[in-house]
Amino acid sequence: MASSFSRILSSRRNVGLLSLVGGSVAAGFLLRRERVTAGEPLRRRYPASADYPDLRKHNNCMASNLTPAIYAKLCDKTTPNGFTLDQAIQTGVDNPGHPFIKTVGMVAGDEESYEVFADLLDPVIKERHNGYDPRNMRHPTDLDASKIHSGVFDERYVLSSRVRTGRSIRGLSLPPACTRAERREVERVVVDALAGLKGDLAGRYYSLTQMTDKEQQQLIDDHFLFDKPVSPLLTCAGMARDWPDARGIWHNNEKTFLIWVNEEDHTRVISMEKGGNMKRVFERFCKGLKEVERLIQERGWEFMWNERLGYILTCPSNLGTGLRAGVHVKLPLLSKDPRFSKILDNLRLQKRGTGGVDTAAVGGVFDISNLDRLGQSEVQLVQTVVDGVNYLIECEKRLERGQDIKVPPPLKQFK
Amino acid sequence: MPFGNTHNNFKLNYKVEEEFPDLSKHNNHMAKILTKEIYGKLRDKQTPSGYTLDDVIQTGVDNPGHPFIMTVGCVAGDEESYEVFKDLLDPVISDRHGGYKPTDKHKTDLNFENLKGGDDLDPNYVLSSRVRTGRSIKGYTLPPHNSRGERRAIEKLAVEALTSLDGEFKGKYYPLKSMTDAEQEQLIADHFLFDKPVSPLLTCAGMARDWPDGRGIWHNDNKTFLVWVNEEDHLRVISMQKGGNMREVFRRFCVGLQKIEEIFKKHNHGFMWNEHLGYILTCPSNLGTGLRGGVHVKLPKLSTHPKFEEILTRLRLQKRGTGGVDTASVGGVFDISNADRLGSSEVQQVQLVVDGVKLMVEMEKKLEKGEAIDGMIPAQK
Repeated sequence: MASSFSRILSSRRNVGLLSLVGGSVAAGFLLRRERVTAGEPLRRRYPASADYPDLRKHNNCMASNLTPAIYAKLCDKTTPNGFTLDQAIQTGVDNPGHPFIKTVGMVAGDEESYEVFADLLDPVIKERHNGYDPRNMRHPTDLDASKIHSGVFDERYVLSSRVRTGRSIRGLSLPPACTRAERREVERVVVDALAGLKGDLAGRYYSLTQMTDKEQQQLIDDHFLFDKPVSPLLTCAGMARDWPDARGIWHNNEKTFLIWVNEEDHTRVISMEKGGNMKRVFERFCKGLKEVERLIQERGWEFMWNERLGYILTCPSNLGTGLRAGVHVKLPLLSKDPRFSKILDNLRLQKRGTGGVDTAAVGGVFDISNLDRLGQSEVQLVQTVVDGVNYLIECEKRLERGQDIKVPPPLKQFK
Repeated sequence: MPFGNTHNNFKLNYKVEEEFPDLSKHNNHMAKILTKEIYGKLRDKQTPSGYTLDDVIQTGVDNPGHPFIMTVGCVAGDEESYEVFKDLLDPVISDRHGGYKPTDKHKTDLNFENLKGGDDLDPNYVLSSRVRTGRSIKGYTLPPHNSRGERRAIEKLAVEALTSLDGEFKGKYYPLKSMTDAEQEQLIADHFLFDKPVSPLLTCAGMARDWPDGRGIWHNDNKTFLVWVNEEDHLRVISMQKGGNMREVFRRFCVGLQKIEEIFKKHNHGFMWNEHLGYILTCPSNLGTGLRGGVHVKLPKLSTHPKFEEILTRLRLQKRGTGGVDTASVGGVFDISNADRLGSSEVQQVQLVVDGVKLMVEMEKKLEKGEAIDGMIPAQK
């Protein structure tokens, strides 16, 4: 308690925060679930029942869990920065969802959102993360890449390997709520720290506002450049405000480690390379992450993390590890087998097209990655991907030889 | 997005320079006027309902604009926005509305009998005539800011008022939420149905939140008078018909508006209006009359004449494509309407449309006969 208390004091945003909550004792309370100091209650012009959203045509986790009673209880609460329930759920109200794809339907505006709106977020997290209960479970963090075995794939099938996660800077609001000054501060803190990376991690930052046309074209060709979000899931949550102010991309000279600044999260950290050496990709990932963490801690900052929820990110779907480890893999025969989806399910894997989420597969090449984020460690999830992809490749080889394949038994959820 | 009061106070912990938006690549009225000094002066203010400067300007920050088209770049969240943020909005209004001063008075004239002519536009050229305006209901905040509860209350009040109309105005309300497919098809075929806004000018200002909750369309049985509820403004009121009888369109417009206003006043929720800004609407560009009176008119020859733009400017008119703002014209048919909103009355603005379109049709006829029109080009109105 004392050490985390001193960490809160060292964060620079603390000045404003303490003045709002009135004193160091209250700041200490912020770290204890049962007694989060919320901000000033909202003055509402209408009773909760008049403002309760019409969610009858909605299919997202927020809509499934936001009862009128929970709305009434939380609708006048605010986080210390002033983030409200209405803001948290706006994206889910505006985007009713798809009958087959269940989106989350809400976001966090800051670290405290997960406490102040716990009555809604806890059941949403439980639903999204297959029963993980933040009230009584603990999330393991493990970034020791040496534990991975069999992490080099057959490159006749695996074209590329990639691991990504996100990290938030404690003390600064998240993309749905941050002010321009906060967003610029995130950029400053991160870019300043990244300048300290050395060796194979040494690299350069490209600010979206100051990029030259030539730099922009190169980043597009490298498949690094991210665009202004157009998905209404993101824009309705306010994440595209003030674009492209304080947004940018950092990558190392070898183009195998890159960081997006102020896109959907404070940072998105990506390690990737062509071919099937997932172990090396994950090694670089862990090394880079630990280096960045050390560099920001030197300057008095830290990442948002707690033992219930792991790493804190904007979207509840990315809590825990925030990790998506995946490959582009050729599975032309297996993907046509009617058992493909079931095999993926049981291996706790998901498929996407080669353009990422919500795209289609091209030429039998799929993006295969872990389904889970919370309740298992980074090492466990990457091993799941390694084991699963090796199994899929085995299936593909068997089908090539005219042999039959087996649906594997389902993997256990929380190890 | 409407932020709580504490969020705005929290921002004050940062210096003006740290919060001031980067407007170096921007081309809209807000960006041209907003300085660090004005930002510093206004950023700790809020209206009684909690609307702040950053709320006002967000749409202009997010939409740098077009090199040729000057958008407004700011919106009001409630009636008081125009007072509390005067230091920004008065110069924006002046820029947008031809030098309108903070001390100027705006004249309202909805007496259709003051219109001269307007019933004889040639229907071989003028395909349809339409007059629209907006109205905001006093006591409620505006679309960028209102909560679901407020929006629903506005809808309820609007529907009560509209369903009490009779005679030529007797009609029906179609809420967007519960429209049947058949009703939707019909409203699209009638060119009545409005879509969820996709323009980032509107979405970045928060006007599409909670869609389609609280939104709907009311129209009379004759399909000549319709009201949009909770789109870009509380109410958008439209009178229209095929052909060139703008006088009749304007008569119905004025009569209908006055009937609706009576009913709202009885419920102690009149329309937002003051003698400086006229009718108060969400976008500063629609202050004053909020009126756009226009026609769809065939001008294939005149529209390609080198002096077309100049003629329009002198007549105080603007052209749009037949899909409305930001669309292209099809088959030489243009949407021609008044350019002004603030500083002249409804009658004056519709008069300009009537006189201007009449002249342009005559020019078109002359060009068809191969004759020159140089002698007909008007002086600046």
